Amino acid sequence: MRSRRWLKAFVLLFTVSLIAAACGDSDDGDTTAATDAPATTLEEGQTGTTSFVSTTVAESEATTTTEAEPEPEEMSTAHLLRPNNVPTEAQRGGTIVLGYAGVINHANGAVSSGYAVNTAGSQVNASLLRWSDEYQPVPYIASEWAIAADGLSVSLTLNPEARFHDGEDITCTDVDFSIKTSQANHPFKPMFAPVTGVDGGDTKNCTVNLEQPHPALLVAFSPGLLPIIPEHIFNDGQEMKTHPRNNTDVVGSGPFKIVEWETGEIIRYEANDDFFLPDLPYLDELIIDMVPDGATVTLGLETGDFDIGTGHGGQDIVDAQNNPDLSVSSKGFEAIGSIPWLQLNLRDEILSDVRVRQALWHAFDFDEWNEIQNSGQHRRQCTGIQSQSPYYNPDAHCYEFDLEAAQALLDDAGYGDGFELNFHVTPAGVTTAEIMASQWAKIGVEVIIEVVPDFPAWIGRTVGEGTDYQVTYTSLWNWGDPVIGVNRSYNCNNRVAGVAFSNMSWYCNEGLDEILNAAGLEFDPELRRDLYFEATDIINADVPVIYLSNQVWYTRMATHVENPPESIWGFMDSWAEMWIAS
Amino acid sequence: MRQVAAKIAQAIMLILAVIILNFFLIQIAPGDVVDALAGGPDGAGEASAEVNERLRETYGLDKPVLVQLGIYIGNVARGDLGESFIFNRPVTELIGARIWPTILLAFTALAFAILLGTFIGTVAARKPESPFSAGITVFALIGFAMPAFWTGILLLLLFSVQLDWLPVSGMNDVRLPRDAGWLERQIDTAEHLLLPAVSLGIIYLASYARLSRASMLEILESDYVRTARSKGLGERSVMFKHALRNGIIPIITVMGLQFGAVVSGAILVETVFAWPGIGRLAFDSVNRRDTNVLLGILLMLSVTVIIANLLTDLLYRVADPRIRVGGEDRG
Repeated sequence: MRSRRWLKAFVLLFTVSLIAAACGDSDDGDTTAATDAPATTLEEGQTGTTSFVSTTVAESEATTTTEAEPEPEEMSTAHLLRPNNVPTEAQRGGTIVLGYAGVINHANGAVSSGYAVNTAGSQVNASLLRWSDEYQPVPYIASEWAIAADGLSVSLTLNPEARFHDGEDITCTDVDFSIKTSQANHPFKPMFAPVTGVDGGDTKNCTVNLEQPHPALLVAFSPGLLPIIPEHIFNDGQEMKTHPRNNTDVVGSGPFKIVEWETGEIIRYEANDDFFLPDLPYLDELIIDMVPDGATVTLGLETGDFDIGTGHGGQDIVDAQNNPDLSVSSKGFEAIGSIPWLQLNLRDEILSDVRVRQALWHAFDFDEWNEIQNSGQHRRQCTGIQSQSPYYNPDAHCYEFDLEAAQALLDDAGYGDGFELNFHVTPAGVTTAEIMASQWAKIGVEVIIEVVPDFPAWIGRTVGEGTDYQVTYTSLWNWGDPVIGVNRSYNCNNRVAGVAFSNMSWYCNEGLDEILNAAGLEFDPELRRDLYFEATDIINADVPVIYLSNQVWYTRMATHVENPPESIWGFMDSWAEMWIAS
Repeated sequence: MRQVAAKIAQAIMLILAVIILNFFLIQIAPGDVVDALAGGPDGAGEASAEVNERLRETYGLDKPVLVQLGIYIGNVARGDLGESFIFNRPVTELIGARIWPTILLAFTALAFAILLGTFIGTVAARKPESPFSAGITVFALIGFAMPAFWTGILLLLLFSVQLDWLPVSGMNDVRLPRDAGWLERQIDTAEHLLLPAVSLGIIYLASYARLSRASMLEILESDYVRTARSKGLGERSVMFKHALRNGIIPIITVMGLQFGAVVSGAILVETVFAWPGIGRLAFDSVNRRDTNVLLGILLMLSVTVIIANLLTDLLYRVADPRIRVGGEDRG
């Protein structure tokens, strides 16, 4: 009897499941097609410009609206990255679910770097500026900005409507507090190192004072690098890195409010109806569903449980490209500039010889590695500055795959008979290590792969003065400007024992340091670019690292997703302009 | 009574030993916890030495290991398992929030395994030479051989991806309106529970089927069963009223011993199905070196196993009066 009851219960449950599954995808949305809003002149003005021009909105409008008085609706789109893809009134609303593989533990990007924190944080927090696809600043909390002629201050006019979710106005006090919080807690010290303070108090006209010119400052005002956090909430004497309001009862000023945060499971946002930018956000609800791994994200996208997720190449991307219900974009995330590379330890006797390092690069077969590791979906990269950056040198010297040249260099260095090389990797890097072992074996280099279980263990083996690693696999992110994310890997004074992602090669070239420092102070985009080109040549001659690729960040999404986060900051930008096509 | 008190004292000592062992096991793992806290691999973050030092101080990681252990044991004695390094929340709060989904999953899986396993084992024992009985043996072998996570992936591919009948992950549909009714939520949870519970339970179902079959085969040969049959009792009554009562004793024993294994198995299954239980929390904590949470989970699992064994002892006495009487005699 009992077994029959169980059987009945199972059948009932199964039937209910079937019904629920059948009903799950119903869509009551309007089926009206999207209507393109008129393109704004601002976007036209920005097209083709690839330098970090310091300007004001007023100036940029002046250059783009010379023939006619701007229409009111044109004026209202200055804050949009996608002004020509705006939903109709009927198309607004709905819910987007992001499948995220991992854990997001808080939403305060002022105290820590990272894609996870800043993806979540940029929806609840706003920043001073956003950035267009052409690397141009776009108004956000700051509606106007101007850099002083001497480069020692930046004036900001905050949006008069800008306020936090609790109704408090955003003022210069909050800007000052946010920058100071970043200075004290954020790992990217160069971002605000030259900032001495922010004047303006409880007004909306601020002056950011600098001890030296700092061209990277406007990039540092991006979402994901400097969220403006409420001073009246956080300035209570508690430790900022562990402040409870980083993930509980979060008050920001972004397009969404967090209404539910189940630790390690989901973050649910609702539209901020009082958002200071007009008509945004387009969605009613945004959900980040945290799952343990990328495979679950892939399954969720295939079954429609998730609307959007990222990917870094490989079979998942190929499958998504072949799935008619999904679309794949390789646009966006350019400012992150993720570059996987092989880190060489220059303190090692063998690797201290530049000819050996050059030989190892010559023996790297990018095509084979890319095919095996990434299903052919990465791009070749020959510098530490990502290829969409205004400072990227497309003609940088690259060591072509040439085993004869490699062997000749080894012969010249006295290692013609080969040698052993240890290669420390986390499980994520094992495939690369195995490919390199196979490739370098062709020039007599025997690679001994040593797998460490996780990130802290890897740090323990590869960072610091006493480490005995020879080669390791890692990935460095540019973070928008070379001053923030690139210099750290090469500066002599950043050879810091025990600190992750410092100058782990222990490489030092004082001439290079001078060039990098000069570039960090140079406002003229042409001169700055020339300096980085020169720096690139020096680094590539010295080969402290072997660049593997320009890692492409793919966005996988349901075909109904419009305006996916494809800006230079990708998912770490505001999702306010995303909408759902019926 | 003295026996029970002795067992409880033994359990407390065991828990203390487990705390110390776990603490040192985590300490000897290579690498520095602060590196995970300051800049994880996803962020490619570069923490300054100053920030590292401050974090070390904040979490008391700058103190000597033995001092840290002493503080930890003292805190545990007061019911304080510390703060999560990653989530900045009390470990008890995190475990408290995740324990119920794990209990739901583990009990559903166990109930499914015990009830169905015992039933089919008992039925198979009636005719040990029948194809059905042979099939049970084969099924048990296959069930044992299939790891729960692999079964889970296969079930996922079939029922979620190919047939699109059941959800892929989680405990509830995140799109379910927040004001959805109670019944709607329960049905939704049941839908999400089905595949993880079957994945986790199937290995134990095979185990119980085989165990109950073997146990019943032995009991059906015993004198009192023969007597019951000779008195003219119906086969169903003989099987389920007389034989099964004794046949179930080894199942109770195994059930108690297996409870810890089920919860441990849940770690893998919860990871496959993104079930928001202790297993997921453990997985995330291992990945992020959240040592306080890990220690808390290990302690909780140890206590669970110890309590389950204690309860098994007690249940044993209820099921078999001879043990109770024997124990009293010996006491």
